[in-house]
Amino acid sequence: MFKALFARFQQGHRTMTFPDGPPPEMPDHFRGAPRIDPSRCPDECRECADACPTDALRLGAQSTSLDLGRCLFCTECQTACPQGTVTFGSDYRLATRDRSDLIVGKDDPIKLAGKLEAKLLKLFGRSLKLRQVSAGGCNACEADINVLQTIGWDLSRFGIQIVASPRHADGLLITGAISRNMELALKKAYDAVPAPKIVIAVGACAISGGPYIGHPEVLNGAGALFPVDLYIPGCPPHPLTILDGLLRLLGRIEEGSRPSSSSG
Amino acid sequence: MSALSSPYSPAANGRSVELKSVPVLLPDEFQSLMLESVASHLRVSSYFGMSVEGGTDLWAVLSDDLRTGLRFLRTHIDSNALPSLTPRCPQVHLFEREIAEEFGIRFEGHPWFKPVRFHASWIPSRDAWNRPASDRPVVGVTDFYRVEGEEIHEVAVGPIHAGVIEPGHFRFQCHGEEVFHLEISLGYQHRGVERALLGGPNKRTIHYMETLAGDTTIAHATAYSRIMEALGRIQDPARAQVIRGIALELERLANHVGDLGALAGDVGYLPTASFCGRLRGDFLNMTAMLCGSRFGRGLIRPGGVAFELPPDRAGQLLKKLDAADKDLRVAVPLLWDSSSVMARFEDIGRLSRETAVQLGVVGPAARACGLDRDIRHDHPAGIYRFSHIPVSTWSTGDVFARAYVRWMEVQASITFIREALQSLPRGSIKNDVKPQEPNRIVATLVEGWRGEVCHVALTDAEGRFARYKVVDPSFHNWAALAHALRNQQIFDFPLCNKSFGLSYCGHDL
Repeated sequence: MFKALFARFQQGHRTMTFPDGPPPEMPDHFRGAPRIDPSRCPDECRECADACPTDALRLGAQSTSLDLGRCLFCTECQTACPQGTVTFGSDYRLATRDRSDLIVGKDDPIKLAGKLEAKLLKLFGRSLKLRQVSAGGCNACEADINVLQTIGWDLSRFGIQIVASPRHADGLLITGAISRNMELALKKAYDAVPAPKIVIAVGACAISGGPYIGHPEVLNGAGALFPVDLYIPGCPPHPLTILDGLLRLLGRIEEGSRPSSSSG
Repeated sequence: MSALSSPYSPAANGRSVELKSVPVLLPDEFQSLMLESVASHLRVSSYFGMSVEGGTDLWAVLSDDLRTGLRFLRTHIDSNALPSLTPRCPQVHLFEREIAEEFGIRFEGHPWFKPVRFHASWIPSRDAWNRPASDRPVVGVTDFYRVEGEEIHEVAVGPIHAGVIEPGHFRFQCHGEEVFHLEISLGYQHRGVERALLGGPNKRTIHYMETLAGDTTIAHATAYSRIMEALGRIQDPARAQVIRGIALELERLANHVGDLGALAGDVGYLPTASFCGRLRGDFLNMTAMLCGSRFGRGLIRPGGVAFELPPDRAGQLLKKLDAADKDLRVAVPLLWDSSSVMARFEDIGRLSRETAVQLGVVGPAARACGLDRDIRHDHPAGIYRFSHIPVSTWSTGDVFARAYVRWMEVQASITFIREALQSLPRGSIKNDVKPQEPNRIVATLVEGWRGEVCHVALTDAEGRFARYKVVDPSFHNWAALAHALRNQQIFDFPLCNKSFGLSYCGHDL
């Protein structure tokens, strides 16, 4: 027992202060929100679109756009483009309420998620129970959702909890491209959640099918089955991106805002 | 036996051979050679079908762990049935079911002949169970093993489980709290990756590799990159080999530490559960220091690695590693010092060495049964040819052994990374990739954190993938979990399950 007490002192207090304090430092090579500047695109150039593994880029005269719902943040487009049309930045804030808000262009930055409608916010704002369902992905999104439950992030301090039964839940937190083999189980889980309920799609798979877009074995994301209330892009999204999305949905972080960064 | 001097083609981890140098054996020659080889200590690392003109080719990749070599065996069948080897060689049980499901071949005499992932046959005109082509198989709808008797009850769990965890279905045959038999039925994560790999490589291929099992991104991407390097007859530069090694050991650290924490959580010992939950994240962040992604996405590429590791970054990494090491040495041994933990770890979920050998178990689960199999030692490639890592074993085969082997491996990996960071060779990090040679076969083995990751590629006349076979360690090990549960209390299932820590998506592909 003394060893356990000593260990407790040795390990210290580790829960971050975000969102009141600065967010945790992101790694140098972190790939976050991209900037699109097609002004130097030569006619007929398709280098970026041809390099994209998930066809996330739409080319047009001065109107090239990138669908973050499909994007794996692999930066193949950035590497392929000789003009610097696409550059991935370090901004971790990526979650949106509408599928179309994930399509970013030169004059269309990401429209970050706004809070829930007043009635739902009243119900869920201080207590949101989510049933996580994994349906045809690679388990990386799940791993970084799990991280939010560790002491460093402590998701429960916001009243957000992952619960075991859909009947105890206010909504589903869905990962994976929705394999045909999970379609029935996922529908049953959705039906078991009492109304009113919300659906959150985490990761490129759950938004669009991700690396598996177009496979006959998958349904290309949760949108094929249910209305989605929050999209959190990434492959997988960083835990901070997921947390930021959840807190925006609950109105804990206001539109467009970013808590002061630790590195200034 | 044919007149050839050798009925199989000798090969090695990551060395490609010409397809025509591998003799096409008669099916019975192929099968008896497989039995002989397995009887004399070889393991079945991969066994798969491939559609060819006039029928199906079957390929086996056997690993000789004692003499550090691989053997390719090949046969051709034009019928749609073959006697099952499973009764005499249990480690092919799931491979035979997989070949049956994909190519419509019946393995006669297979003791439990069922689908694996519940998808339609790849050959529309041929189905191993004569199911009509118009009906899509329904996942989980199949016969389950049943124990009959008045006091027997059945418990069905999943596909959706209580935690944040992948889907799978478990059927327990129980007598009171005692589990007589557990049957595991998967396929819920099936997303058709192997079929999509045919005709590749293309711009999606590396992303399939990085997401075969998201927590094993480095091991799978390394196995693939080495396939491409072998087929293009190039090598990754020495500096890249070391960075790959660092990344592979960081992946092992993150997962082993996370599992030790989760095992503590499963027996209600919260100090270690909390500490290790956080420390796991520290190791993921160290991987992110290498490449920006906590799972190592984008780091490993054919020809080398995509991110340089400058000296100042290596220094920062070393500091973070030392800090995590210090915390771990306090957090983990609490488990072995707590009698309440040890009472739940010792003698629970025991897997015998004999069963492990028969089932072809790999990774820490095998080493916890006293088997000293480890690809880093038995079939070393890259940095592991120069920098040796001790093989960590324990003999008891129980939950404790699987936890303790992880702890020994954690310490060995930290030592390895520390040395690697201090002796990074100079030079480039990536060589140019050359076109893949046509008509060749190559297999690569990588010791991922769960065990042996095996990739096999066969190229066609243009150098494209005529077949690309992936075997995640989980494919070998799921049956071991079922065996370990026999005569255990059903409430120990979560603990036993976590002690094996298997992948659903890596199995379902």
